[in-house]
Amino acid sequence: MNATASPDTARSGSGTRATPRRIAIRSTAKLVVTEAKLFVREPLGAFFAIVFPAALILVLGGAMPGFTEPSADVGGRLPIEVYLPITLALAIGTVALVNLLNALAADREKGVLRRLSTTPVSPVRLLGAQLVVNVSALVVGCGLALLAAWGAFRITAHPNVPGLLIAFVLGAASMVALALLVAAFTPTGRAATGLGSLVYYPMLFAAGVWTPGPLMPDAVRRVADFTPLGAASQALQDAWAGDWPRPLHLAVMVGFTVVLGGLATKLFRWS
Amino acid sequence: MTVIEVSNLQKRYGDQVAVRDVSFEVRAGEIFGIVGPNGSGKTTTVECLTGLRRPDGGTIRVLGLDPDLARAELRRSVGIQLQESQLPDRLKVWEALDLYSSFYADPADWRALMADMGLTAKRNTVFAKLSGGQKQRLSVALALVGNPRIAVLDELTTGLDPQARRDTWQLVRDVRDRGVTVVLVTHFMDEAERLCDRLAVVRAGEVVAIDTPANLIARTELPGIERPSLEDAVLALTNPPRAAA
Ligand SMILES: Nc1ncnc2c1ncn2[C@@H]1O[C@H](COP(=O)(O)OP(=O)(O)O)[C@@H](O)[C@H]1O
Ligand SMILES: [Mg+2]
Repeated sequence: MNATASPDTARSGSGTRATPRRIAIRSTAKLVVTEAKLFVREPLGAFFAIVFPAALILVLGGAMPGFTEPSADVGGRLPIEVYLPITLALAIGTVALVNLLNALAADREKGVLRRLSTTPVSPVRLLGAQLVVNVSALVVGCGLALLAAWGAFRITAHPNVPGLLIAFVLGAASMVALALLVAAFTPTGRAATGLGSLVYYPMLFAAGVWTPGPLMPDAVRRVADFTPLGAASQALQDAWAGDWPRPLHLAVMVGFTVVLGGLATKLFRWS
Repeated sequence: MTVIEVSNLQKRYGDQVAVRDVSFEVRAGEIFGIVGPNGSGKTTTVECLTGLRRPDGGTIRVLGLDPDLARAELRRSVGIQLQESQLPDRLKVWEALDLYSSFYADPADWRALMADMGLTAKRNTVFAKLSGGQKQRLSVALALVGNPRIAVLDELTTGLDPQARRDTWQLVRDVRDRGVTVVLVTHFMDEAERLCDRLAVVRAGEVVAIDTPANLIARTELPGIERPSLEDAVLALTNPPRAAA
């Protein structure tokens, strides 16, 4: 408080004033808990983020003939095992372009970000809470998918774990950057959702959701290499097979994260 | 004591002038109204008061501080109910109050506030399921939950039914009785007349009069109207003079 503040600033003279640090921690924790509640109260969104990846693995492995037998089409590996890293890429794309994007667009359209900017808490903190909640949901969803694959089909893989983590983190970062950019320049929630799905399906295609692993035509793969989710999917597949992700894919993901994220920061409108 | 001083405020959006020249002072403990037709610059003015928008010209002091430089400090002592600001559809009443109270060092007791606003029965209702009046009351509660010294309420009763409007008026009086200075933006003259101690009448981004409602009425002389209402008085001020019909 500086000298220009009037004398009755401390009119409610409670003895134990919360320190700014304590307030920041408490309010941030409350924001995260609140966003988590809102996340699960959107049942369709929560289903696709958390349950769907595992359900997809179970359905493919259980119902598709030959999915759990070694197949010459995929170099003698189990198709389900080839499909698992693609499922992780699918989960990344869904959480970023559906869950996160819709939440951000709705908050802006409803003026929630604007209302927050009238309080001591910056809307940037809400954005941070959204990220924490959505990334947590993504991690849980992917964990469940891995658990389902291992529990139901006893998949034995020897992934390059650090490579897998790097691919996952960079893949998620580049897709979050893409979602932020879409949220940054779409004026309404509806426009954000529309543009989001316009980007979402090509991204899934690039990730190989419909043409997994070696089934993707070479020409398509060469284009897919240069998309964020395509690069993420390739990097996840390489690491899953025990190799390191290729420098090209890492560079593509870092590049998209920096460029799209930078643009989003510049363009983001808070109201 | 003066808590808000605005002198020669100007604000443009591109080449559209929203606020041309606005000056007024608000005294501690009063309900100060800003009235005028839609588009006359009321919302822009109060947004500048709270640092949400940066003025193009003029000076503003709120509690002695420049909102542009002391945004963080003023956000703790000024509560704002923004025109057309909502909450997430699935957020419950108690969750909103609990969350927003955690933003402040010395918040009001949100349970008591919820009771004062008549929202206790709706504590577990999500925002989307509230009536218009209940949404407004929650919005006012959020503006007050930080124990502000000044509350800015923009078009509080637009879209409410007559009973809800009257309930909201009582609420504004209650807020003032807590010792909070209220800046009330409205284009309803009955509201301004019943609630406000003083009024600034704005037209096309300029203040055309500042006075008590009674004085504004008293100084109005309209041919053919014996006892003009506040609405007559304000319309006479905000419409360009016309040749007698
Ligand atoms: N964000 C904005 N961008 C461009 N013009 C705006 C914006 N906000 C308001 N205006 C314009 O500025 C003028 C004053 O608006 P406003 O302050 O909202 O008036 P009021 O609250 O009295 O209805 C109007 O002509 C309006 O169209
Ligand atoms: Mg307005």
